[in-house]
Amino acid sequence: MKTGNIFQKIFRRQIMIPLAAFLLLAIFNLVADPSFYKITLGYNSAGNPVLSGYLITILDYGSELAILAIGMTLVTAASGGQDISVGAAIAISGSMLLRCLCGADTRSENLNMPIICAFLISMVVASLFGAFNGVLVAYFKIQPMVATLILFTAGRSIAAWINNNELPIVNDQSFAIYGGFIPGIPIPMPFFIAVIVMIITWLILKFTNLGLYVQSVGINEKSSRLNGLNPELLKVLTFVLLGVCVSVAALIKTSRLMTINYSVIAKDIEMDAILAVALGGNALSGGKFNIPASILGAYVIQFLTTTLYKFNVSSDALSAYKAVVVILLVVFSSESVRGWIGGLFKKTVAVKAGKEAKS
Amino acid sequence: MKKRILAVLMALVMVLCVAGCGGGGAAKKGNGLIKVGIINNDPNESGYRTANDKDLKATFCEANGYEASFAYSLKNDEQITYAQKFIQDGVDYLLLSAADTAGWDSVLKDAKDAGIHVILFDRTIDADPSLYDASIVSDMAKEGDTAVNWLKGQGLSEYNVIHIQGVMGSAAQKGRTGALDAQVAADASWNLVTQQTAEWNAEKAQQIVQSVIDSGASFNVIYAENDDMAKGAVAALDKANISHGVGKDVIVMGFDCNKWALQELLSQNWNYDGQCNPFQSSYIDEVIKTIESGSSPAQKTIIMDEKGFDASTITAEDVENYGI
Repeated sequence: MKTGNIFQKIFRRQIMIPLAAFLLLAIFNLVADPSFYKITLGYNSAGNPVLSGYLITILDYGSELAILAIGMTLVTAASGGQDISVGAAIAISGSMLLRCLCGADTRSENLNMPIICAFLISMVVASLFGAFNGVLVAYFKIQPMVATLILFTAGRSIAAWINNNELPIVNDQSFAIYGGFIPGIPIPMPFFIAVIVMIITWLILKFTNLGLYVQSVGINEKSSRLNGLNPELLKVLTFVLLGVCVSVAALIKTSRLMTINYSVIAKDIEMDAILAVALGGNALSGGKFNIPASILGAYVIQFLTTTLYKFNVSSDALSAYKAVVVILLVVFSSESVRGWIGGLFKKTVAVKAGKEAKS
Repeated sequence: MKKRILAVLMALVMVLCVAGCGGGGAAKKGNGLIKVGIINNDPNESGYRTANDKDLKATFCEANGYEASFAYSLKNDEQITYAQKFIQDGVDYLLLSAADTAGWDSVLKDAKDAGIHVILFDRTIDADPSLYDASIVSDMAKEGDTAVNWLKGQGLSEYNVIHIQGVMGSAAQKGRTGALDAQVAADASWNLVTQQTAEWNAEKAQQIVQSVIDSGASFNVIYAENDDMAKGAVAALDKANISHGVGKDVIVMGFDCNKWALQELLSQNWNYDGQCNPFQSSYIDEVIKTIESGSSPAQKTIIMDEKGFDASTITAEDVENYGI
């Protein structure tokens, strides 16, 4: 009887949803083609050791999404809605970053200012746009999806305007590190950046009451106000934090290609970010949240994308496959199905125990 | 009180907006200028479109005797709405780069009834040729043929091609894919390692090439249907230490002739770039002059000259002259 309870408990844990999806994909790949897991150590064009293989690709390309998922989880928890402008915000933040690095000359050989300064400026810009969204949501009580629709529509034009419709290209190789490798370390840099963001988030949640406050605002705004919290400010704060995440993702994305195409960069990434939050088992209506589950959700999405690429699924059909997986996941992660599966385990265990007792 | 002030402010903004639109739309007749309404795709779509828009704006200005209104959209239905508005405004010429090939018949008929000349540029549409006066287009199939012929001329013993396609169904994708597909079908030494659409997106192209590299399949040609995607592909090659360019392991091919892409050719990092000419305005200007003088243009469909550049022969002047 006791084992049944454990199973039920395990199946009710939130992290189980992305974990189950992850395992499912992992097993599928193991059965279909074990060479998926092959990792080789090679040397890149700069002569530094780098690891390569599908798993490394997943860690590499899933990182931006994981970073965005952190911010999106907080926004979802506090406001009970999602920010659909993150793709456009990445275009703005990335354009600002390159504008600062290249200055007025879009082909300059040298950096106009240290990368860290440019990055901080782009972070401030992204935070301001986040605050703009947050103010619309918190103080003007506009639905998050409608409020962020403004930036979703206008963002890429703003990005175009930042660089006068030109396409800046960074020629300085030191900028390539953030989307590539640190010399001497064979693991992709984006993964390290994601880990740093995760640690910072963990520290913030551990040593401040932000997590608790955000949760209580998401669960019941009125009662949290009665308890002395400022729900509006907290909501704006989560949007600003998402802005910070956006600027980090923009740094990685622009560094990968050393340039930015504002009309297509991070296209449809908002949907993947929201999906990561949903995959993490977080209620999209706000309230309780689990950031590690969202992060795992983000990597699962990249796992799925990489798997589909590996099997040569034509990439315009990719979203259709994703949709199928999402339907399955959402159904399986729903409270009733999970309870039912947990119950099923309990039953089989009980039946077994009964049989053993008889014999 | 707060709410009331807000409401008043919003109302004011709306009124101002309406006034602004009205001001822009009000047409003045009889100043001797030729009125043209230009419907184009969003100039932010790509470097090609930006160059195209700049070129049109430079030609159709008051100094050249034109009064031009511009409307941009990537959506067909919005473009049709703009076309109807231009017809109501009574323009003399309607210049059109259609987002989609279908659905234009009725609005073009309206234009014809109103005595408006229609000139298609950049993209052709599925409509009766009697509905427009001229069409100035790129021959995408020819662009593809030129590129594939160039590749054939490289004399490799085996062609293992990573084919990165544009948005499926667009004229550029169809033309550039068609030529390669035909060659692969005809010659056994040509193989497609993968054929995927990256939707003109460098990031997707990078992931597609990364996936091929991870799989360990060998390849020696990257045929990307625009420069952005070629750049994404090259980023993946660089990461994996696969050499590319003139005399190296992998041949890199792109299209559109962006200035930065031609510079990559000049520095021998890429091998080939096919031109897609965005400078249609001089051709359009000529057609309008012909119609104004009372005759009709000699050919209905005008196909522009387009080149393909080889990294081993490209010069710095080419980069200046043909880069967009």
